[in-house]
Amino acid sequence: MAKAKVKAKLPALKVKDGDVLLLVGTMKGAFLLRSDRARRRWQRSGPHFAGRSVYAIAYDGRNERHRIWAAPKSLHWGAELVSSDDFGGRWTRPEVPRISFPKETGASLAHVWQIQPGLDDEPERLFAGVEPSALFESRDGGESWSLNEGLWNHPHRSKWMPGGGGLCLHTILTDPARRERLTIATSTGGVYRTDDGGESWRPRNRGIKAYFLKEPEPEFGQCVHKVVRHPSRPDRLFLQHHFGIYRSDDGGDSWREASKGVPSDFGFPVAMHPHDPETVYVLPLKADEFRCPPDGKLRVYRSRDGARSWKPLTRGLPQEDCFDTVLRDAMTTDEENPAGVYFGTRNGRLYGSRDEGGSWTAIEDSLPPITCVRAVTVRIAERRRRAPARKTRRRKAA
Amino acid sequence: MAVRFFVPGPLREFAGGRSEIALSARPRTLKEALDLLGRDFPGVARRVLDEQGEVRAHVNLFVEGECVRFGEGLETPLPDGCEIAILPAVSGG
Repeated sequence: MAKAKVKAKLPALKVKDGDVLLLVGTMKGAFLLRSDRARRRWQRSGPHFAGRSVYAIAYDGRNERHRIWAAPKSLHWGAELVSSDDFGGRWTRPEVPRISFPKETGASLAHVWQIQPGLDDEPERLFAGVEPSALFESRDGGESWSLNEGLWNHPHRSKWMPGGGGLCLHTILTDPARRERLTIATSTGGVYRTDDGGESWRPRNRGIKAYFLKEPEPEFGQCVHKVVRHPSRPDRLFLQHHFGIYRSDDGGDSWREASKGVPSDFGFPVAMHPHDPETVYVLPLKADEFRCPPDGKLRVYRSRDGARSWKPLTRGLPQEDCFDTVLRDAMTTDEENPAGVYFGTRNGRLYGSRDEGGSWTAIEDSLPPITCVRAVTVRIAERRRRAPARKTRRRKAA
Repeated sequence: MAVRFFVPGPLREFAGGRSEIALSARPRTLKEALDLLGRDFPGVARRVLDEQGEVRAHVNLFVEGECVRFGEGLETPLPDGCEIAILPAVSGG
């Protein structure tokens, strides 16, 4: 097999240590935005992969990398996983797409829905969730990937049904407290967890109601839209279901509904505060077929008490005649203090708050339909930052 | 005469910039031709075919101007020296 890689070139963002980077996937390519920590002004590059949809994008800063992963899909030529080590200046595309289903599965890759770096002390490990629902894993920094056969061969898999977006594995949660534990979610199918490094998987949907199925609380089959975990309290999970917001305090062993106080229990995204495990954000939409903000008001709801109560956040957001939608991976938080919160809409608006949701501004107002948003504070190691300065001094001396 | 592939613009980065690839061996069917293409230019072949060897839904292959989707598909016999055109389908309105 040929090893050559093709690198597409675009002007790279000039990113400095401590900058905040926003990675935005859309139906027509990816956009990268950077700001200093004030997060008042943003510079943008893109579209990268113009014309191709990007449902998954991620940043891997482990091992002093500055690697952006993206999963552009061409309607014609298929989906692939690409990476950039210079903030979008060059993208590495292997000749043969990195993720492929084995021949014996009879399956072919439709989309990559999630790219998730592994734990910090396993810097070569990454995970990807794809459509049709499956988990892939890399142990060599993303060069090669293999199908998780434990999940693929799970007896429930043949009974999972595709949701509106397709039969997709859209959530992958590592657990810093338990190395062998991994939690995934698939629509529809629900939450599954392995405690033995991916050999075996058990459904973890107890307490999540599924009114569209014969049993009100089935073992699996729930239409889970997104699940988040706080790194400092790995057993605390929040989940946005097709019907209801849920909380778990035992790593998903059981779930309790936490929808009291929101105008609709339907929605797609859920996002964690970066520092406070009691603070969580959702964006309710009117169920079931309309899927736009209730009463035409675009409102993020924030809970400061672990989803026991919710308050609307509206300052700077349209409060009448808003017929927009926010998808499952299109809301996120950064790592700053006070935390930044960001979300992108199907109408191409990218909103940001640099005061934990207290007020919002439109960072972009006419991007293509936004599918995913990620935020990261970039750390550039001291020795790398100093290297160009030494070169400059030598040139001056000459 | 050699069987030739016409390579569309988006795939030329995987064909050394070429718009045309002439096969050195003589394939009998379209499937054999794609197998040969995949040996030297896997980046082109894997974007025409998925990992199961099926032609992607929005890619059309024409042999001597005829779309094989409405004929014998990958089993289409190849005349000596024919041209195989890889074309993205006009998918949409």
